[in-house]
Amino acid sequence: MATSTLLIVVVGLALLGYYAGRRRAVGAAVAAAPRSFHSLPGYHGGYVALWCALPALALLALWQVLEPVWLRSAVLNSLPETMRALPEAELGLVYNDVRNLVEGNIIARAPSAELRAAAERYVELRAESRRLAAGAVVVLGIAFLAWSYRRVRPQFRARNRVEKAIEVLLIGASCVAILTTIGIFLSVFVEALRFFQQVSPLDFLFGLSWSPQTAIREDQIGASGAFGAVPLFAGTLLISALAMLVAVPVGLMSAIYLSEYANRRFRGYAKPMLEVLAGIPTVVYGYFAALTVAPLLRGFGERIGLDVASESALGAGLVMGIMIIPFVSSLSDDVITAVPQALRDGSYGLGATRSETIRNVVLPAALPGIVGAVLLAVSRAIGETMIVVMAAGLAANLTANPFEAVTTVTVQIVMLLTGDQEFDSAKTLAAFALGLVLFLVTLGLNVVALHVVRHYREQYE
Amino acid sequence: MSDLSARSVKEVVARGIARRYRNEHIFRALGLTALFAGLGFLAFFFYTLIANGYTALAQTRIRLDVELAAAVIDPEGTRDPAALRAADYQRLARDALNELFPEVTSRADRRSLYALLSQGAGLELQQLVAADPSVIGETRTLWLLADDDVDVLVKGHSPRDVPESDRRIDDAQLAWLTALEEQGRVDLQFNRYFFTRGDSRDPELAGIWGATVGSFFMLLVTLALSFPLGVATAIYLEEFAPRNRWTDLIEVNINNLAAVPSIVFGLLGLALFINAFGLPRSAPLVGGLVLSLMTLPVIIIASRAALTAVPPSIREAALGLGASKMQMVLHHVLPLAMPGMLTGTIIGMARALGESAPLLMIGMVAFIVDVPDSPLAPATALPVQVYLWADSPERAFVERTSAAIVVLLVFLLVMNAAAILLRKRFERRY
Repeated sequence: MATSTLLIVVVGLALLGYYAGRRRAVGAAVAAAPRSFHSLPGYHGGYVALWCALPALALLALWQVLEPVWLRSAVLNSLPETMRALPEAELGLVYNDVRNLVEGNIIARAPSAELRAAAERYVELRAESRRLAAGAVVVLGIAFLAWSYRRVRPQFRARNRVEKAIEVLLIGASCVAILTTIGIFLSVFVEALRFFQQVSPLDFLFGLSWSPQTAIREDQIGASGAFGAVPLFAGTLLISALAMLVAVPVGLMSAIYLSEYANRRFRGYAKPMLEVLAGIPTVVYGYFAALTVAPLLRGFGERIGLDVASESALGAGLVMGIMIIPFVSSLSDDVITAVPQALRDGSYGLGATRSETIRNVVLPAALPGIVGAVLLAVSRAIGETMIVVMAAGLAANLTANPFEAVTTVTVQIVMLLTGDQEFDSAKTLAAFALGLVLFLVTLGLNVVALHVVRHYREQYE
Repeated sequence: MSDLSARSVKEVVARGIARRYRNEHIFRALGLTALFAGLGFLAFFFYTLIANGYTALAQTRIRLDVELAAAVIDPEGTRDPAALRAADYQRLARDALNELFPEVTSRADRRSLYALLSQGAGLELQQLVAADPSVIGETRTLWLLADDDVDVLVKGHSPRDVPESDRRIDDAQLAWLTALEEQGRVDLQFNRYFFTRGDSRDPELAGIWGATVGSFFMLLVTLALSFPLGVATAIYLEEFAPRNRWTDLIEVNINNLAAVPSIVFGLLGLALFINAFGLPRSAPLVGGLVLSLMTLPVIIIASRAALTAVPPSIREAALGLGASKMQMVLHHVLPLAMPGMLTGTIIGMARALGESAPLLMIGMVAFIVDVPDSPLAPATALPVQVYLWADSPERAFVERTSAAIVVLLVFLLVMNAAAILLRKRFERRY
């Protein structure tokens, strides 16, 4: 029986258990005094259903994990003596061939008689295992159904049990977020470690030359590739800095105007419109940067005698800045609105104009929050991918000139991991090392920024 | 003496006032300028997109009198569907075109004449015959699909009055095209392929339907995973969790996860789902898994805010009437918080729909022609389709990219409007 059919059977059993438990509770309640029941009939039904489904599902999951392991050892043990003596790696290849033969895929070598025999054995064993699993799961489900069905009694506290189960479920759900973080860290970290076995971390972090293309033949020039990531870090910083040069003044001034000057009506229209900018997908910004802004900049540069590369850092940075404007403005808006009115009133009382109040009182008071907002925006800019993939350069170039093409960490991750790849080469693993750096840097920025913002909020609450 | 200094202070202040007011105006104007710079960009942005994209709604077609010759389609007269499918329909279209220009005889000239027609012309004839085999042998007047180079020229995206070397169409082809136009045989008609087909190397045959279906499957997986998980997490953290270091850790962790760059989630998907679990590349299932991990924090944060907004009096009333804590939460608090949670979920889904960086990592950039029929079939997503087309060199893809972006933005607009409506409709002030 296929796993999905088995799942449906288990769910069906659980439903059956629910109705049986509920009926029994209703029947018993009608026979006895309804008030003598601790829990409502539905809880009794739920209790039976849970006991019916959960052990059966657990068994099914366990089976899914153990079956391949058991199949492998059983099939390999059935091979003739000569093949069993092969080293572990080759044995793995043989086993792969067996499985491919079963699946009907193309295999590397012509199938020998032994291989065919092993494949047949595999099919037999698998069918056997599936039958066993189906039988065990169904029997277990029915057994627990019967057992829990007999527990439906007036004094039985079914509600408490069901609620406990739901609570465990809720706890499990909230652990997914933790597991995701651990998963990200481990998956990136493990691959990065494998990269650092081939390339020293010092060379990676401080090397000045980046050319990950490894040659096919050993004796070619640059056969080993160079993995010095400094040009990437510099490029990322250059583009992020350009983006912040656009986003911080525009975003901050917009926030000041909206929170201090604009009337309610104007604010009601302008604020959501500005936030539309944040809802536009980044790939759209990328398209815009590559096809509209870059040619404009190039043409403009030509007219005033500047040589602007068509994938200049300036174009990518400008558009990324525009993307980040609403991010800066809405965060600073919150921060500025949180500054107590009493501070403003004090300043007005001393005869200061509005702008003087803003510059000398409101902004200094809001500064920690604004710094937090800017830090969050920086982390956003560093991790932004699509704009730079489409509008920034591909070749590593160590320069501070915004008119030249530079490449960034995220661009290189995408370049290294799209297209054909072998999974163990330094080239592919380098992407994970870059990902690790990216993850740690943005994590650090976020932790600091969130801490600053939270601390700031508490100050005025 | 004191009189004098008092007057000078007054004077200084009076002189300063003009300056201070000027500064005030400048500052205010600066704020307004910044705001309008942002909004102006938005306007410019939409203007370019629509101006570039609206022409993709039409497609050049050429009217030809096609003889659906039985000798070509079904020489044996069996009407066997397999034989009908395999016939050379492109030849029928070519013959029809050749009839209009009998003076074209050399092989090279003919080939460049035939290049006016798209490969899709034969495809259309095939569909016509497959739908109704009785048309074989008749001569029909049909509007057949033109090549993308012709399309670009007819729409005026590439100029006609430039030297031959600057055009994708040579002088002879241009002359034939002009002749066709003079006979009224060239027309722009609604481009239905754009909305009904998958990707293609030929711009005139490329459509966004495949990517739309891929995005749909992906969002389905994302919704099925992240909504229950997100709501459950929010309920636990807000209603049940004790305040201790463990729950603090979960909370900090969720806030940080919301700010992790999306490409890092793609790395997770590649290393975990594809390499460790062996799930297929390019499948909407894997894309949906990655996107649901990404949207989870968004939904959790919105759901927690919705739960906090439910006043304690509701909880106290439920508990006072003897409800258990779980009954209080599930029967009273959750229904009241649901609109807020749904709003957050829709916004999270909209973000997931526009996301493309993590999808590049898990192989959804592959060139896929077929429309996917399940979450396990190879597929691409709308934003990734935009990325792929933006990289294509053909001029005709420019308008299609813009049009695809407009379609994507319309979807996002609808989702966000739904979220706003939901909020307006169910918002309660306690």
